[in-house]
Amino acid sequence: MVATRQPATRRRRSEEMVDTAGIPPETLLEIYETMCLSKAMDDRVWVLAHSGEIALAVSCHGHEALQVASIYALRRGYDWMVPYYRDSAAALAMGLTPRDMMLAFFARREDSFSGARQFPNHFSSRTLNILSGSSDIATQIPHGVGIALASKMRKEDRVTITYFGDGATSEGDFHEAMNFAAVLKIPVIFLCENNEYAISVPRRKQMAIDDISNKAVGYGMPGVSVDGRDVFAVYRAVQEAAARARRGEGPTLVVANTYRIDPHTSNDPDRFYRDPKEITEQRKHDPVLRFSAFLNQHGFLTEEQDAAIAARVAAQVDEATDYARSAPQPVPEDAALYLYGN
Amino acid sequence: MAVIAMREALNQALREEMTRDGNVFVMGEDIGVFEGSYKVTAGLLKEFGERRVVDTPIAEEAIIGTGIGAAMLGLRPVLEIMTINFILVAMDQVVNHAAKIRYMFGGEVGVPVTIRTPGGGGQQLTAQHSQSLEVFFAHVPGLRVVAPSTPKDAKGMLKAAIRDDNPVIFIENISLYNTRGEVPDEEYLIPLDKAEIKRPGRDITFIGHSKGTLLALEAADRLAQEGIEAEVLDLRSLRPLDCDAIVESVKRTHRAVLVEEGWPTYGITAEVSATLMEHAFDYLDAPVKRVGGIEVPMPYSKPLENAVIPSVERVLEAARSIL
Ligand SMILES: Cc1ncc(C[n+]2csc(CCOP(=O)(O)OP(=O)(O)O)c2C)c(N)n1
Repeated sequence: MVATRQPATRRRRSEEMVDTAGIPPETLLEIYETMCLSKAMDDRVWVLAHSGEIALAVSCHGHEALQVASIYALRRGYDWMVPYYRDSAAALAMGLTPRDMMLAFFARREDSFSGARQFPNHFSSRTLNILSGSSDIATQIPHGVGIALASKMRKEDRVTITYFGDGATSEGDFHEAMNFAAVLKIPVIFLCENNEYAISVPRRKQMAIDDISNKAVGYGMPGVSVDGRDVFAVYRAVQEAAARARRGEGPTLVVANTYRIDPHTSNDPDRFYRDPKEITEQRKHDPVLRFSAFLNQHGFLTEEQDAAIAARVAAQVDEATDYARSAPQPVPEDAALYLYGN
Repeated sequence: MAVIAMREALNQALREEMTRDGNVFVMGEDIGVFEGSYKVTAGLLKEFGERRVVDTPIAEEAIIGTGIGAAMLGLRPVLEIMTINFILVAMDQVVNHAAKIRYMFGGEVGVPVTIRTPGGGGQQLTAQHSQSLEVFFAHVPGLRVVAPSTPKDAKGMLKAAIRDDNPVIFIENISLYNTRGEVPDEEYLIPLDKAEIKRPGRDITFIGHSKGTLLALEAADRLAQEGIEAEVLDLRSLRPLDCDAIVESVKRTHRAVLVEEGWPTYGITAEVSATLMEHAFDYLDAPVKRVGGIEVPMPYSKPLENAVIPSVERVLEAARSIL
């Protein structure tokens, strides 16, 4: 994925001290591979939406670093993730597979999230601790606080991370949940993915402040603003927020700043409201390319390894697409399934 | 008469009313530069400027609450809520405030606000994005609720809604924005309390609103091929309900099938059915039949969605069961 490569033979010199926030080399490669997988999934799903094979695609391109790093900073499989619709890279990092996702996109009976009922990109897994998302902006944030409240009541040291966009911070649910969590010292991390747009509305028309983390001040919790395209910056911020939450000191607002490279969804004519030149400029800061360059430069990733990752990722996406494409549809007689419990 | 799409008709109504009355302004999410998620506000920002075409933060409660405040001082806000599903986070402002302020102020202060919002499904937008919630509003005294089915009605009723001194919930339908129809060239208004016979007939009455009317019209076309003449009554207004028109039609045809896109339990069709029981019982030759959405959240899968949304076939089936 990098344009200019170090020679494949170059290995990391042991004396070279690179600060990787304590992330071991194998994990760095895992993070990188997940970011590549997310990117490849987004590209594929986008094509499927435009060819009409699936109804809608939402891409997280530009968010890969912050999503994957934030999940790796937690205890995966133990902590809870309360996502919004743009969190596919985070969901992959939590352990969902391309096949799980493709079955949902193709609305197949076997879709493990909801049997083809839920909106595309609203991934969930009871076993992986991923809550099903909401189409209504910011409404998941109080749910995240509630899940964390339950952990606290049960005296578990689990934390919950809830994700949302910059636009979501305008909703009442965001503010009520923030205040609630701070007052009750709830072990939750509010992770704002600031991508500078809410559909067509640029951030400066969404709020009168520049640094979204200032919103934490009024509620009495720490607010930190980090470069959302920097794996390590996000990793450190979330790790610290998680430690704080586990110590019983309550919530943190982490704002990861990035840029939404793709349109809002596959149905969004973004030429209406942003200059293509702006996107071209932002592509230069693509977090996947940036991380790959870092890994390569510091000898964590050779050209062969990168090629192997690309091949694995492509094969996984192909396999998932083919599998889901030919899987059976749900049957109309089942439409009422899952409406009530016993 | 020009033939135009529903979205164009709505756009004309907004433009004409903004031109006529400087107190009229539009406010909502993504309505300015983006011209609305369904492009109903196209061109308005350019024509009327940022003062009267206000792009807001994502805050439905504040959109409606501030709209109410501005309306109390005599402005005529036309608020766009991107889809009816998102109005749920602002229901307090609608039900506890917009609907009651005039009454609670002893008639001294009114709330001449218009809230435009589309409902309906059929686009694979799923459970929280495909609902037909008109009955939530139609239940509330103090609100006017309309849901037109044609470009002509949409234009005339939106203009009337903006001029009306009461809060009007103006319900559009995401699957009707591209439907086309004739619209008079000259200025006109359509009253907010009158149903209209969209197709006269003598054998049975179909009663619907919004997309329900279109299903009924299609079903009536099909029955006509078999020599059965169905009358189609388009409610247009849900609150107040035009009881006279409902009763008058059924007195002539003696049979009724009621159609709505939403869930029929406690629905618009339930209210129409009660009206018929109270005022047309002696004229009915068969039980009233209702057709609505299957009572589940809207599923994403196309085959499931098709099974849940009411169809022409289900209208025909209901009609045949009482003919
Ligand atoms: C309550 C509610 N209001 C409005 C919408 C329509 N809507 C969908 S996505 C969106 C923008 C959200 O922007 P942001 O929170 O910044 O997240 P991003 O999509 O940029 O990642 C809006 C307004 C909605 N889904 N729910």
